[in-house]
Amino acid sequence: MFLDVLFNIDNGYLEGLVRGFKSGILKNQDYINLVQCETLEDLKLHLQTTDYGNFLANEPGPLTVSVIDEKIREKYVLEFQHLRNHAVKPLSKFLDYITYSYMIDNIVLLITGHLHQRSIQELLPKCHPLGMFEQMGAINVADTSASLYNAIIIDTPLAPYFIDCISEHDLDELNIEIMRNTLYKAYIEDFYNFCKQLGGPTEEVMCDLLAFEADRRAFMITINSLGVDLPKDERSKLYPRCGKLYPDGLNQLAKVEEYDQVKMIAESYADYRPLFENVGTNPADKTIEDKFFEQEVKMNLNAFMRQFGFGVFYSFLKLKEQENRNIIWIAECVAQKHRTRIDNYIPIM
Amino acid sequence: MSGKERFPVFPSRMAQSLMKSRLKGAQTGRNLLKKKADALTIRFRQILKRIIEAKTLMGTVMKEAAFSLAEAKFTMGDFSQQILQNVNKASIKVKAKKDNVAGVQLPIFESFKDGNTPMDLTGLSRGGQQMKKLRDNYEKAIEVLIDLASLQTSFIALDEVIKITNRRVNAIEHVIIPKIENTVNYIISELDEMEREEFFRLKKVQEKNRKIKAAEDKRREELKEQGLLKEIEAPNLLADQEDSDILFK
Repeated sequence: MFLDVLFNIDNGYLEGLVRGFKSGILKNQDYINLVQCETLEDLKLHLQTTDYGNFLANEPGPLTVSVIDEKIREKYVLEFQHLRNHAVKPLSKFLDYITYSYMIDNIVLLITGHLHQRSIQELLPKCHPLGMFEQMGAINVADTSASLYNAIIIDTPLAPYFIDCISEHDLDELNIEIMRNTLYKAYIEDFYNFCKQLGGPTEEVMCDLLAFEADRRAFMITINSLGVDLPKDERSKLYPRCGKLYPDGLNQLAKVEEYDQVKMIAESYADYRPLFENVGTNPADKTIEDKFFEQEVKMNLNAFMRQFGFGVFYSFLKLKEQENRNIIWIAECVAQKHRTRIDNYIPIM
Repeated sequence: MSGKERFPVFPSRMAQSLMKSRLKGAQTGRNLLKKKADALTIRFRQILKRIIEAKTLMGTVMKEAAFSLAEAKFTMGDFSQQILQNVNKASIKVKAKKDNVAGVQLPIFESFKDGNTPMDLTGLSRGGQQMKKLRDNYEKAIEVLIDLASLQTSFIALDEVIKITNRRVNAIEHVIIPKIENTVNYIISELDEMEREEFFRLKKVQEKNRKIKAAEDKRREELKEQGLLKEIEAPNLLADQEDSDILFK
């Protein structure tokens, strides 16, 4: 309780801010309005009445989905950076951790581009703005993968993940997707431990969220690698070991050969059983990933029920991302006049 | 006027037979070309029909593909850069073959897959199923697209050839054949004319001869009356008239 009192000295303002931002997230009524739009211009008009305001006002020419996407992302990135700039330790460290996942994506993108001799100047604008780091521009000084590591990656916060999981040889040979997932696994585990150290409500909220994320990845990696040429021991190396599935579930997942077996494993976990129910392959049915998204949204919303913890910051970003995807989905459906499945977005309420 | 034109030939029997054989050649040529044009037109119509089919199919396939891209984006966020940076070679390639329709070389494009599906692992942690669907849909779309490209190219090539063939048929039918016919007619009329002239000339000669004869007769008649000319009666060979002996007199 004593700690909770001190929380507001450093973080009270930012927590208030993030809760304010959160209340700007689109409500069900907004989605109902958006779904009824006939054109992208209508969509823009409706978005203007929400928290997004005039974010598309200065866009010349015909509106496209990618422009909307870019602008929405710009907005929440701006909000997040504002939070980050005002944060003090340990919140600043926590927010940095959140950005590491984007950094992984960016660095993987740069490495791939580098291996295929693309120019860095071309790649930089395409990186996610939250995952930017100073050394990125210098990536073209490296010509071998060893020097790439020594010159660039070692200075980034991601270096420990590389050390643990990826040998020099892998940097050249490994499939880029496997590299990404290995890094991500190391990242989630690290983030999990960091949250555990913080203790208090942060630990309670964040460990739940990260455990869910870890298990989700384990399930998805298993399902998606079914039919694909990926050895089982390789696969089991990609499972993050901090979720509720660890260790029994992961061991079982590592042996899985077909989808039904995954379902069987999920049966024994109360949290995941409902997610695998009523999943169909018909286009109208919800996919397992949609179910996981719904669950994730629910958990992120629950994070806002707690006070004096950092979970809200993470949840806010995740919710914003989901909202971004929802709007883009609706915009795509409107633009392609494919209205039958426009209701498949994940409502945030 | 092309109708009045003819080949510069000397009207003779030989030139006539030559022209006649040329006429015959032109006619068979025209018939052959007409048959070719018909064959090409049949093919042309077939291709047109298939193009229409492919284009309507294209609409739905492309729509589906674009939509599955939206679906994949919904689950995976923006992943296009990851894909773009990973591409190093095309996985679907096009082979060009040739098809022969009535002597016309038509290009045909065939798609084939080169190597196994690339980037199998994309979307491993999220959206792998959407990814697969997306890939399948776009593969289908590309196949239709290549098909359509092949048809369109054949269409243009055939169109050109049909135009040329029709032009040739028309040229033979409306220029060359009338010209040859004109020439033949000209030769025939010239020959007739010559015949008539000959006939007339003969007539004239006869008349002249008759006139001369009549004048001769008249003169002789007059001379006879005057007794200047004795009619030498031709002796009858058959009459029993012994010749006098020549040796024994």
